Amino acid sequence: MIAGRVIVAGEAAGEALVTRDALSFWGGYDFHTGEIIDKHHPLAGVRAGGRILAVPFSKGSSTTTAVLLEAVRAGTAPAAILTTGADAFFALASIVADVMYGKPFPVIALEPNDFASLITGERLSVARDGTITRARPSLESLAPSR
Amino acid sequence: VLNLSDRDREMASGAGGPAQALAMSILVRMADVYGATELMDISQAHIDSTIYLGDATLAFAERLASLGAKVAVPTSLNVSGVDECGWKDWAVKADWAAKAARQMLAYERMGAVPTWTCAPYQTHMRPVFGQQIAWGESNAICFANSVIGARTERYPDLLDICCAITGRVPAVGLHLTGNRAGQLLLRLIDVPSALQQDDQFFAVLGHLVGQLADEDIPVIDGIVVSPAEDQLKAFSAAAASSGRVALFHMVGVTPEAPTLDAAFQGKPSSPGGFGSPRCLDITVEDLRAARRELTTADGRELDMVILGSPHFSLAEFSLLAPLVAGQRAHPRVKFLITSSRLMKERAHETGVLEPILSFGAQITLDTCILASPMLPPEIKTLMTNSAKYAYYAPSLLNTRVTFGSLADCVHSAIEGRVVRDDAPWRSA
Repeated sequence: MIAGRVIVAGEAAGEALVTRDALSFWGGYDFHTGEIIDKHHPLAGVRAGGRILAVPFSKGSSTTTAVLLEAVRAGTAPAAILTTGADAFFALASIVADVMYGKPFPVIALEPNDFASLITGERLSVARDGTITRARPSLESLAPSR
Repeated sequence: VLNLSDRDREMASGAGGPAQALAMSILVRMADVYGATELMDISQAHIDSTIYLGDATLAFAERLASLGAKVAVPTSLNVSGVDECGWKDWAVKADWAAKAARQMLAYERMGAVPTWTCAPYQTHMRPVFGQQIAWGESNAICFANSVIGARTERYPDLLDICCAITGRVPAVGLHLTGNRAGQLLLRLIDVPSALQQDDQFFAVLGHLVGQLADEDIPVIDGIVVSPAEDQLKAFSAAAASSGRVALFHMVGVTPEAPTLDAAFQGKPSSPGGFGSPRCLDITVEDLRAARRELTTADGRELDMVILGSPHFSLAEFSLLAPLVAGQRAHPRVKFLITSSRLMKERAHETGVLEPILSFGAQITLDTCILASPMLPPEIKTLMTNSAKYAYYAPSLLNTRVTFGSLADCVHSAIEGRVVRDDAPWRSA
């Protein structure tokens, strides 16, 4: 379990998509498909929609928030965004998504060590209090089924 | 804990109408995110939310407008999603044009000034040193803070308009003197003045600084030339595209950095000293590599030269005019300049527009190729002197780009293929 700091509260579960590189959603995210499209970014071509996106902070365009709002409306937004600091852009997008559509997505800030421990592909769940649970396979689930 | 003033509470309770109450409710939630203990006044705003993307951005604008939203401070407007007069000459679909125009109308109804430009600092709405403002548009934020010394946080779309409607912002971040000190020292090492005078230098340096700065306020030391305003504009746009730079200091150039000490507000700045900031060196080789990154095309084919991100200024029109006077662009190559109504009018009045139009240039107003889906699919290779266009076009438009000087762009347009004079970057 990771104790995150709630920036915008919410619940989510999904597969982690982790990057160390900041991202501008304008010019970096296609809200029609939920794909990262910034050709300078290591995740270019990867779908982030529906996943728990761990990105240290936003960069670039002010329109990042508007792209995220469009993605929420289109159902192509990340299920949650995990950052290293209180990123105002991701927070604002989630707050306006709440105001407009009643659909905020959780935005949680993590300590650098916790952020660094995240691995793409692991299953995470985010609780309203900012706790992040890693759904590591339990011994029971690994036991041969009868 | 956030302490609201009586006036803030009145706005939140709806005394100023439902739009102001909605804007204040978003602002209060954001104050919490920022960790603010109070809100403070601004005396100007610039709205980036004008860029039409789809039904959500339009619905947000029209909700505020239909609730009777009015801006509380002088407010300029960023580029929109359509050139209302010229879109039919391009690949813009009628449905897009109609919706983008509705979004423009919504913000005009709120009482904002229809500047429709991403370079509001080059209009009559330019703020002054020390002025508290709430600006969206990454290049404009960076320029206003760094080059003018006005004070704005890095405001995103949809929040900028809430600040304008209430005239209030969370009292945090770059609004406060103590948060404007440099945090990262970037030293130019043996970068000769001949290279610093090159037309592309500040755009390339900005592209590199954006990558190096992470979340820090960079201080650039070692500039030995006096950059023109448009070069600092190019730097700002580049650094705010490759990175998240909202404020930089350039020692001996920008107003809050007359000296290295001043840039760090007197905090210890000797590299390696106790409590010293992070320090990185920038060499000619680093700059060459940064310049190479801005070019994603490999051949010499050329479909379009594109200038004007941020929007082309009168000074830039004036530089371009003698380069193109008496010549013609190759018939196979489009030559497009994105600018504002105001700048086009000034260029016309001063006589520099005529030779540019005779050259075969087209001008798109109020928007740009990134904000309006105007390029036809056969446009695959671009050339530009804008690091911002070079950064975003490959991802947003799926085009390939060659980055070059203004003169390179003109020569290539005449030749009909990419020609670049790389000498200043080879011999440096």
